[in-house]
Amino acid sequence: MNILEFSALVGLGSMLAGFLGALTGLGGGVVVVPMLALLFHVELRYAIGASLVSVIATSSGAAAAYVREGYSNIRIGMFLETATTVGAIAGAAIALRVSGNAIAIVFGLVLLYSAYLSSRNRVEHGANLTPDKLATKLRLNGSYPTAEGVQSYNVRGVPGGYGLMFGAGVLSGLLGIGSGAVKVLAMDQAMKIPFKVSTTTSNFMIGVTAAASAGLYLNRGYIAPGVAMPVMLGVLMGSLIGARVLVKAKVKVLRYVFAAVIVVLGFEMIFSGATGRL
Amino acid sequence: MTTPRWNDLRIEIIIGALLRTGVTLAAVVVLLGAVVYLAHHGREVVDYSAFHGEPGTLTSVTGIIQGALHLGGRAIIQFGLLILIATPVARVAFSAVAFAIEHDYLYVWITLLVLAVLLYSLIGSH
Repeated sequence: MNILEFSALVGLGSMLAGFLGALTGLGGGVVVVPMLALLFHVELRYAIGASLVSVIATSSGAAAAYVREGYSNIRIGMFLETATTVGAIAGAAIALRVSGNAIAIVFGLVLLYSAYLSSRNRVEHGANLTPDKLATKLRLNGSYPTAEGVQSYNVRGVPGGYGLMFGAGVLSGLLGIGSGAVKVLAMDQAMKIPFKVSTTTSNFMIGVTAAASAGLYLNRGYIAPGVAMPVMLGVLMGSLIGARVLVKAKVKVLRYVFAAVIVVLGFEMIFSGATGRL
Repeated sequence: MTTPRWNDLRIEIIIGALLRTGVTLAAVVVLLGAVVYLAHHGREVVDYSAFHGEPGTLTSVTGIIQGALHLGGRAIIQFGLLILIATPVARVAFSAVAFAIEHDYLYVWITLLVLAVLLYSLIGSH
């Protein structure tokens, strides 16, 4: 395969990944790395570096659209970024030391877990929780617009959420994914932040988290322009198209299809890693 | 009278514009680099199955800028990627200024901490 063919095929595959990622809200990053590693036989660290770059692109692009609506909470985002960025550097440092096969197995497990999370139904927790001392001190409580007017909320479980966010950062740096699912889990489940605020703030944080590990990958020579170029342009284009058709599409069916793809890729990654093929 | 909430919203709108500009600029530069790169090397055979490490001109901020000035295709792509990685960093730097304007010094410190971690990764981790 020559460079022209490689760039065209990887570009098309990334576009599809970005498109489905935007439509289903699961992000394109989770399928880009398995695609590069399993289909195009790209060394896992090159694949992760390229994926990180595409994660920054889609997160920043989407955040630009979200911020206008006034859902995201920049104080919650910034406070938790102290955990995710340090975690991301730790994750990247681990990825650059351990074998590709070990990373592949962890990647497979995370894929299976994301598929499980996406199939679960979400329960919105009640408003009017009593204020938490630490959250109040850190000024994390906020408000957001709803159909019935501006709704204020109190944040709980700060230490637990902070710990989960560190974990989300490690996974992001280790696997080259946005780990939006874990971020939402931390905010929605542990900190009892309203879902709409959790998802938009999480998206806001993903770019900063990915940038923290991308710097390390770049410095160590793991961001190859020949791989990152088609991935970044493809995913960005795909996610832009995806965001446009989002309104019309039957997302529910697509989510199941995408979740099924993720499960297959998850098992494939675990199998390849366990048999030492990556 | 301005409420803090209104200020936050205004900051977020500026941040949105900053992010959009950074991503667009990065995509344009990467695309330009791709044209140069594919025109020169399109017919060569690729193999990314093992790690070779990129040359120094493609891994450090100064090296990439020098390479891009010499119009190397790969260096221009890498320069575009550098703009992309720098976009969230610029967002954090802007947030620090915004919190300072609001006299929210607790968050100025928190934001500077995040900025220090990002700069360490980008520049200091060589």
